[in-house]
Amino acid sequence: MAKMVNIEIDGLPIQAEEGRNLIQVAKENGFFIPSLCYYENMDPPLGTCRTCTCRINGKPGPACTEKVREGMQVEVNKADLVDMRKSIIEMMFSEGNHFCPSCEKSGNCDLQHIAYELEISHTRFPHLFKDRLIDYNSKRMVMEHNRCIKCRRCVEEVLTDDGKRVFMYMNRGNETFVGIDYEQEAKLSEEQAINAMNICPTGTIIVKGKSFSKPFGQRAFDLSSSQKNYGKKPVKLSRGAVMEKKIVATASLAGCFGCHMSLLDVDTDLLDLIELVEFNKSPLTDIKKFAHRCHIGIIEGGCCNDENIEVLREFREKCDILVSLGECSIWGGLPAMRNTVPLGECLEEAYLNSFSNDAAKSTIPYHEDIPKLLNRVYACSEIVKIDYFIPGCPPSAGHIWKAIKNLLWHEEYSILYSEFKYD
Amino acid sequence: MYQPGTDRLFEVEPLSSYLLNELRDIQMSEGYISDEKISSLAHKYDISKVEVEGVVTFYHFLHRKPTGRHVVYLNNSLTSVIKGYERVKESFERETGALMGSVDRTGTFGLFSTPCIGLSDQEPAALIDFYPFINLNAIKVKDIINSIKQGASPADICDYPADNIRYTPISGSVFFSDFKEGLSLENAFRLSPEEIIEELKKSQLAGRGGAFFPTWMKWDATRKQESRLKFIICNADEGEPGTFKDRVLINSQAAMLIEGMIIGGNTAGASYGIIYLRGEYLWLEEKLNTKIQEYYQKGLLGKNIGGKAGFDFDLRIQMGAGAYVCGEETALLESMEGKRGEPRTKWYLPVEKGYLQMPTIINNVETFCAVARIFEQGLESYCEKGIPGSPGTKIISVSGDCSLPGIYEIEWGMTVAELLELCEANNPYFIQVSGPSGECISMKEKYRRISMLDLLARKDIRCGGALTVYNSDRDLIMILSKYAEFFKHESCGICTPCRAGNYLIERKLDKLKNGLASGEDLEDIKSWANIMKASSRCGLGKTAPNSMIMAMEKFADYFYKRLYPTDNQHEGIVAFDMEAAIADYEKYKN
Ligand SMILES: Cc1cc2nc3c(=O)[nH]c(=O)nc-3n(C[C@H](O)[C@H](O)[C@H](O)COP(=O)(O)O)c2cc1C
Ligand code: SF4
Ligand code: SF4
Ligand code: SF4
Ligand code: FES
Repeated sequence: MAKMVNIEIDGLPIQAEEGRNLIQVAKENGFFIPSLCYYENMDPPLGTCRTCTCRINGKPGPACTEKVREGMQVEVNKADLVDMRKSIIEMMFSEGNHFCPSCEKSGNCDLQHIAYELEISHTRFPHLFKDRLIDYNSKRMVMEHNRCIKCRRCVEEVLTDDGKRVFMYMNRGNETFVGIDYEQEAKLSEEQAINAMNICPTGTIIVKGKSFSKPFGQRAFDLSSSQKNYGKKPVKLSRGAVMEKKIVATASLAGCFGCHMSLLDVDTDLLDLIELVEFNKSPLTDIKKFAHRCHIGIIEGGCCNDENIEVLREFREKCDILVSLGECSIWGGLPAMRNTVPLGECLEEAYLNSFSNDAAKSTIPYHEDIPKLLNRVYACSEIVKIDYFIPGCPPSAGHIWKAIKNLLWHEEYSILYSEFKYD
Repeated sequence: MYQPGTDRLFEVEPLSSYLLNELRDIQMSEGYISDEKISSLAHKYDISKVEVEGVVTFYHFLHRKPTGRHVVYLNNSLTSVIKGYERVKESFERETGALMGSVDRTGTFGLFSTPCIGLSDQEPAALIDFYPFINLNAIKVKDIINSIKQGASPADICDYPADNIRYTPISGSVFFSDFKEGLSLENAFRLSPEEIIEELKKSQLAGRGGAFFPTWMKWDATRKQESRLKFIICNADEGEPGTFKDRVLINSQAAMLIEGMIIGGNTAGASYGIIYLRGEYLWLEEKLNTKIQEYYQKGLLGKNIGGKAGFDFDLRIQMGAGAYVCGEETALLESMEGKRGEPRTKWYLPVEKGYLQMPTIINNVETFCAVARIFEQGLESYCEKGIPGSPGTKIISVSGDCSLPGIYEIEWGMTVAELLELCEANNPYFIQVSGPSGECISMKEKYRRISMLDLLARKDIRCGGALTVYNSDRDLIMILSKYAEFFKHESCGICTPCRAGNYLIERKLDKLKNGLASGEDLEDIKSWANIMKASSRCGLGKTAPNSMIMAMEKFADYFYKRLYPTDNQHEGIVAFDMEAAIADYEKYKN
């Protein structure tokens, strides 16, 4: 047996076999360290995603590329490290184009799961909306490059029976993507192909006809967290305040109204809520103009035209607290699918070139009275300061009202893992 | 083990190490790597096509589309921009008929831009069919392209870049005085490996590739590895923009480099040496190779070197194919193995498992040259120079806004002010030390010394090899954007913080350039830069944001002046350029 050494993780003394992978040792001792590229027995470990960044003997670095040595001092749960790991996951979301509601892997996706675990409500980074072509050319697989986090798993692990690689990185820098070898892919058995899809921690590698295998509620990450105390962290304590009636305004900008529907989806609780809140300007009341200042403004949808921007700015002026509700409002969401394509191309495709149009009669609408389209869909936070973000597409009603009650009356709450969802 | 038809690999190297060479050969002879070639190489190397293609697309001198009969790579580094890049580019476009990044209609010229080609002292400069052309201007470009059109070969009409050695210490030059060939080997061979290590330890020689790792430690660690096969590798990838010292060393003192490597082989028990020369320096290859062959003829390379029975040492050159990150030592190893130049993790060190997973010493050109000189002239004369704790001299490539760009071999301990005076800097304002990945300093710090004592209480400046001067007319935000663009492009793309981080920071700088940034944006840049520094996988991502962080501290006023004016700000409203945002749609107004 290998020599045992003493290390310390967040002050807890631990004995472990010398030379073992630190992340493994930490996990076995009950420490939650998020990881995406790592899996057991890879030698050398991949060390690409950097999600497992901790501080080792005073220096930041990934836990998964460290061998346990005598006297090793490891910090895992210091606030700055927790935030750094969060930021790296956020980077992946802002770098790729992740539209979870339309993704085959949603609910079975490691990236999404880690984001739930880290309670990421929005990314601190602007979304980059890089244009990438999806590769449908191989017989059985689709490569959805928008979702790849370049973890290298597929490159290293998916080999044909004669040992040839099926996947390989192409290009470099921010142009890097994972290329697929059509010829080698064809040599994989169906089982191997499905294994390739499963090995991918995101929805990049899709085997045609084999995705969407599980219904909502039964997917890998629908129900339970990997952390014992998920969501139990105390959020602002109740001051035992009297539940004064508050004034709420809402708006649906470039969204589908789904978030508003979700807002109403609290069954009979709605009756209690009506006692507590008064809706002012809102599509729910059809009040078009602000009658007075509001305690809270709730915004669904991002900004796709100049009118959205005007409305949003007015909300900022008239509301004490402004909340982005749902993915579209937070970063653009589904309408932002157009953001990787220049506006002109979108319009021409929709109004001029599409099959159902009569080319001779078609024009692209433009009139003084119709709002002007922006070159892309903007997140609300790019236009005004947003105070809080409630993620989801749509966010669940439970999540919405817990958050809002907390904001308005400081009610204590914890979000369940099953309530914190993007799709 | 690879034998057939070529003597370019050592017998211990596997065929796979030859892939990059073969791709370069095809690129040079056919102008691109066609689908057919990808297939035939995949077959020959017994790997999948996608793997070959992955290698091809990593390096910017390898192309998947035809590049024309003559390929022009015009340097687009900042120094080139300062010296007139735009006009030279226009001139190339006009004369060749090719737009930047493409091939003209007749397929004669391909015109591409490329980051620093190691000629910052003679910019604007370009490589045409990899032959250097320097101090370009519109007229010169016209003449060059006309001659080529009339059948002249770039090889015959190219320039010979001067060494521009502007300054060496009065106490004697370590690097550029005459070198008595063979003497350092004679002296070193009289010592045991342990004694050689001891000498190096006393010399306090530390790696000159930028990281300043004590050379003796690396050598000793490799020496102690038990392995039949070990390698000595010279990192001559010199890709840090503004750095050209290794170019000058190779051009003028190749013998020193070769002897330094042989001493390394003798000390560590390695019998093979490889010089990884950056693709941009192909024009230096012949000269270097000639020197190597001379050493073979003199019996100082090959079997039983210098009559020392049982000591064999072979040396070859490996050409790079265009990728800054390959200067990172483990990326360099990957590249030598015929792969994409992606840095390895720190799970194994090169001294344990380096090239072909064998113990390997990797040192910079200047480091090997210093070793050779130490054994040629003796430790004393080396240690006399410099200052206590930082003995010897350092070669600095100076460029930018100064009248005398070129090579300055300074004794450690010289101040920035002295160096600026020597090179006749014009109105210096922003000084970049060690290239974009180094640090920037303001004139307030001009009395800081340049030495290896930077970690002590005395805040000296450590210089990897470049000093670039920018005067007060230069747009600081533009400089930093250019750096960010460089790193975005040169990142290997394998780890998240560097691949996405450089891109994100570039976007923020755009905002700053457009006058839409707020104080919060500056805070963001700082915080994001720190995330990159802490979590990136290799030195590229860790150092990329250095200058940005420093510039924001040292030139704070400059940044504040560029922010969105506060008197235009309404509370909670973010600055937004509505006109720009609706411009695309306004095109449909009839
Ligand atoms: C992105 C990057 C680029 C580098 N480029 C070079 C280079 O061009 N030449 C070099 O000698 N070292 C370069 N280095 C440093 C090498 O990794 C390594 O430290 C050096 O070759 C070791 O030699 P030395 O100890 O003699 O300095 C680079 C490092 C990084 C992170
Ligand atoms: S489910 Fe995963 S891969 Fe799919 S879009 Fe969401 S985060 Fe991306
Ligand atoms: S395709 Fe999937 S497995 Fe492959 S690198 Fe991308 S995210 Fe990782
Ligand atoms: S820091 Fe940049 S260059 Fe280095 S491994 Fe990461 S992506 Fe590649
Ligand atoms: S899990 Fe450690 S770097 Fe990816």
